[in-house]
Amino acid sequence: MRAERFDTVLGLSYRRGFAPRIGVFIVYAVMVLVFAGPLVALMIGAFSRVVDPTGFSLVPDGGFTLRNFVAAKDRDVYHYLFNSFVVVGFGLLLQILVSIFAAYALARHRMRFAALIMLAILATMMLPEEVIAVPLSVVLADLPPFDINLIGTYAGMILPVGAWGFSILVMTEFMKEVPVELEEAARIDGAGELRTFFSIVLPLCRPALGVIGVFGFTMIWDQYLLPLIVATEPSQYTLPIALRTLRSDEEVGIGVLLAAAMLALLPSVIAFLAFQRQFVRGLTSGAIKG
Amino acid sequence: MAVPLASTLGRRRSRRRSRAVPWLFLAPALILLLYFKYIPMAEGLRMSFYEVRGYLGDTWVGGDNYDEIVTSEAFTSAIAHSLLLAVGTTAGSMVLGLGLALLLEGSARHLWFVRTAAFLPVVTTIAVVAEVWRIMYHPAADGPLNSIIGWFGIAPQPYLADADSSLLSIMGVGVWRGAPYDMMIFLAGLAGVDRTLYESSAVDGASTWRRFRHVTLPALRPVFAILFTLAAIRGIRVFTEVFLLTNGAPNGSTEVLMTLIYKLGLQRGELGIAAAGSIVLFLGTVVLTVAVRALRRREA
Repeated sequence: MRAERFDTVLGLSYRRGFAPRIGVFIVYAVMVLVFAGPLVALMIGAFSRVVDPTGFSLVPDGGFTLRNFVAAKDRDVYHYLFNSFVVVGFGLLLQILVSIFAAYALARHRMRFAALIMLAILATMMLPEEVIAVPLSVVLADLPPFDINLIGTYAGMILPVGAWGFSILVMTEFMKEVPVELEEAARIDGAGELRTFFSIVLPLCRPALGVIGVFGFTMIWDQYLLPLIVATEPSQYTLPIALRTLRSDEEVGIGVLLAAAMLALLPSVIAFLAFQRQFVRGLTSGAIKG
Repeated sequence: MAVPLASTLGRRRSRRRSRAVPWLFLAPALILLLYFKYIPMAEGLRMSFYEVRGYLGDTWVGGDNYDEIVTSEAFTSAIAHSLLLAVGTTAGSMVLGLGLALLLEGSARHLWFVRTAAFLPVVTTIAVVAEVWRIMYHPAADGPLNSIIGWFGIAPQPYLADADSSLLSIMGVGVWRGAPYDMMIFLAGLAGVDRTLYESSAVDGASTWRRFRHVTLPALRPVFAILFTLAAIRGIRVFTEVFLLTNGAPNGSTEVLMTLIYKLGLQRGELGIAAAGSIVLFLGTVVLTVAVRALRRREA
């Protein structure tokens, strides 16, 4: 018990007595209200008759209703959601495959210029995507050398997120830790490169797949500037881009925005709650190393 | 004679193949990075010295685009707003994040719950964060946030609607989303502090405050440096929040570098000037990163 008192700086859990405990409880309650409150109000509002911002609160008086979600259908919200799922689905698949392949080459094969390539990949992590937004829009409209135009296509939103320095880095670091003996044994048994990769290396990397999977999902789901550049017509909008056009509706007011915002919020929150451990691990390792 | 020759040939071929294999595995990443990072970066640098006119062809203008940025009032005030926003958001997030981390340190189940709830803003899509806060900041007297501050007898505020409070309000959203992130990193840093130091300082009769000041804070120094760099860079490149909350309004009081670049480059087609602005933004992040690195090295 004595040692545990020094587990934390403040030792709050070991304060005795009624008043301190109530005080600590109130502090925690305020924290939850401040940070989660607006998001909870958003979810409650999505199912209530909240017509304008003054009705936005944790206890709306409209009662339970699904009419916001019905109105959302007329405003193409489910089409935007579909676009988002297409982009995040294919984007994440591509990103994970690209990262694993690259990490396999960097961690497992002795190759010339490996350090140089790693540096080139790290450099892209230092480059804010906002910096290249304007030239990227030019490149996307006229991809050399074949003059392909990706503006207004899913590919224009998917391909640029395909290679992500963070994922490649995390995966490479992880693969360096996986013992090589199994691979060598497989090779001696006559398995080819691809076979060794898919049946031996990939299953061993499952823990790291969780990290790059949840981070990649959040990263792609959070994309704003890229789809804003690529989409030229409303029918190409992803859900986050579309929110701006849904701020009010003749019938349900801000209700349609709340419903759409809830649909945009839910996948990332679910991904976070389901992969919380991987999320925190990736966050701290990435930040401490970066 | 024939047998060894064949085997040497085979070995040579397989060695050549094995040398090509890693490049094949790397190819997808390198091609994607080439097209969507390196080429745009180079193209941006090139465009910043040209007047870009699409099919009409580009005209070399030397440093004119950069001149335009340095002298135009829109740009200088946008840069100032970006820096203010970066400094305010960074400082606010770090102070609040450290406070949260100290209060929520420990392994009890209810602490895990509070931490998870507090972390939700970080995983929420920025577009949703912005729309939620547009609603929270509704300037009417019975707007959500105005109702809440009304319980404490504070007069209604205009928030985003007034040029005097708009930048501060955007900062508030940045801190709301940044503090829980910083909290997580601080918590990881706190976990690495030597517990025996707490105990021995307590034995020596040090108060909680002195223990924090002389044991915890020094141990957290590397975490501060990392968070400062990350947050400052994120601060000066801010786009989505501002674009959705105010898009520079009212009266240009919240125009930041990226919203201005977006307007010039992607809406008005002034690609050369927008590219030059982007390069200035890039140089800003590089200077910040290098400065923090250098400071850390001198300290170490």
